[in-house]
Amino acid sequence: MDMTFAEKILARYSENKDVTPGQIVTVHPDHLLTHDNTAAIIQKIETELDKYGVFSEDLSVIVLDHVIPASSEKTANNHKKIREFVKKFGIKHFFDIGNGICHQIMVEKGLALPGMLILGSDSHTCSYGAVGCFSSGIDRTEAASLMLTGETWLKVPQSIKMILNGSLNKGVFAKDVILHIIGDISASGANYCSVEFHGDIAVFSVDDRFTMANMGVEMGAKNAVFFVDETTERYLNNIGVKKESYTPVFADKDATYSKTYEYSLDDIVPVIACPHTVDNVKPVSDVSDIRVDQCLIGTCTNGRLSDLEVAARILKGKKIHPDTRLLILPASKNVYEQALSKGIIQILIESGGVVLPPGCGPCLGAHQGVLAPGERCISTANRNFKGRMGCKEAEIYLGSPATVAASALTGKITDPREVM
Amino acid sequence: MKVWCYGDNINTDMLFPGKYTYTCSTAEEIKPHLLEDLDPSFAKNVKPGDVIFAGKNFGCGSSREQPVVGLKAVGIKAVVAESFARIFFRAAINQGLLLIECPEAVKSYNEGDSVKLDIDNGMIVVDGKTFSFTKLPKEIIAIRNAGGLLNYTRTKLENKKHNS
Repeated sequence: MDMTFAEKILARYSENKDVTPGQIVTVHPDHLLTHDNTAAIIQKIETELDKYGVFSEDLSVIVLDHVIPASSEKTANNHKKIREFVKKFGIKHFFDIGNGICHQIMVEKGLALPGMLILGSDSHTCSYGAVGCFSSGIDRTEAASLMLTGETWLKVPQSIKMILNGSLNKGVFAKDVILHIIGDISASGANYCSVEFHGDIAVFSVDDRFTMANMGVEMGAKNAVFFVDETTERYLNNIGVKKESYTPVFADKDATYSKTYEYSLDDIVPVIACPHTVDNVKPVSDVSDIRVDQCLIGTCTNGRLSDLEVAARILKGKKIHPDTRLLILPASKNVYEQALSKGIIQILIESGGVVLPPGCGPCLGAHQGVLAPGERCISTANRNFKGRMGCKEAEIYLGSPATVAASALTGKITDPREVM
Repeated sequence: MKVWCYGDNINTDMLFPGKYTYTCSTAEEIKPHLLEDLDPSFAKNVKPGDVIFAGKNFGCGSSREQPVVGLKAVGIKAVVAESFARIFFRAAINQGLLLIECPEAVKSYNEGDSVKLDIDNGMIVVDGKTFSFTKLPKEIIAIRNAGGLLNYTRTKLENKKHNS
């Protein structure tokens, strides 16, 4: 029987010959990702942890990234409890503040590999589809249960085939492609489904694929995946992962899909998601001239080297508009260091940017760069929900790093093609 | 029983603002902030046994489970929606909060209509009209019947210990 990517992975992990959509299977994931929420997770199972211990020291990957450095006594205490837990139970994969955003860490440290199954108590866990991994978000309670037992159930999803043909025009980036798709199929267009990207995927770097898989959840997807190719192999080789250490999974030729969509990449223009839903997508040129108070380049969606590089190309030797602010948020320490050595950080600072420590920063409104009532932010993040950046009377627009950098220059929403 | 009625794409930030995610985790801490940015009257006036009706993609967004923990704690009997976001759906199973996916019932509902639930038989009655909904698979009902995932896991661990 020909199977989709999700069917093949779930068959492999549930030790079934084949599986069909709707079937419930029991799986043992390779890793469980948790972050600052680890404090709340372990609090639920204190007694059980003392009695039974953790299922495996190798299962958990814990990254402190959401509110770093701690912003209050409460968040400081959360971090403290997590560090104590890590020591007490010998958790092997722990990354303290400053290492970077959990999803970036998973991929750049080679913890998420092709053909693996990873669950995480964060909705953007779906990002690792960038390197051919099946990964999906779960809640805190389920993460607690997994820490103890190492297993959970998954429903085999229907799969959607997204065929992307052609190449990208100047000023158009992976972020525009994924926003265009979400605008087309809606924020619930892939609900419960596994999304597979097919077609001319060689157009996209691993950074690009990360951006697109990351936003799978913004169309409701369970996971979103790019199949392993030379681009993936080269990326993994560069981070020290040899081909022999992973087993990629590919969808079969005659697998069954619940839906198939086809997009011509040549037809896609720079787009922006307007308040307050990610599927409220318009061409940037239709909303230009809207003033912006804050511009954010970074996050798990667009905080990688290529993103900062594009911004630097636009901002080099120029100053941002005096009535706006520019925040830069590298996705990891590794990205930060590379951007420093290439002079990118220098360019961004000279243009007026403020660099924040590698982490989630202002994206979730818990600290750093919170908006005031009536303010407007243009961001490279993945969500523009009302209140997301800490104030329900503020507005958030989502675009590519180029669109955000162009907007920082002019102080209003600007099509990057005007300044590139 | 009051029916609280909301639209499409009610996201986790509307249900429980992200800015409290790392400072509120117990039911008592969560309750006052429920639906704070969507409907400030909800937290003040919600009563045990009330029901929520909503459109498509209820609970989309973050994996935070405070919305589910909070809705369960204030005694919401069921959320009836056209569809749910998947992490929210799982979180509800794990906390034992009843979610009913029934677009026909939602579309039929008008403000003030009477609503009756017959959970065991998978029926919902809106203003005298009966709609059936698909019940969850038995593996999942077992988790809800155990009183949520952690109780289910505790029992599993106990049994394993006895058998080993």
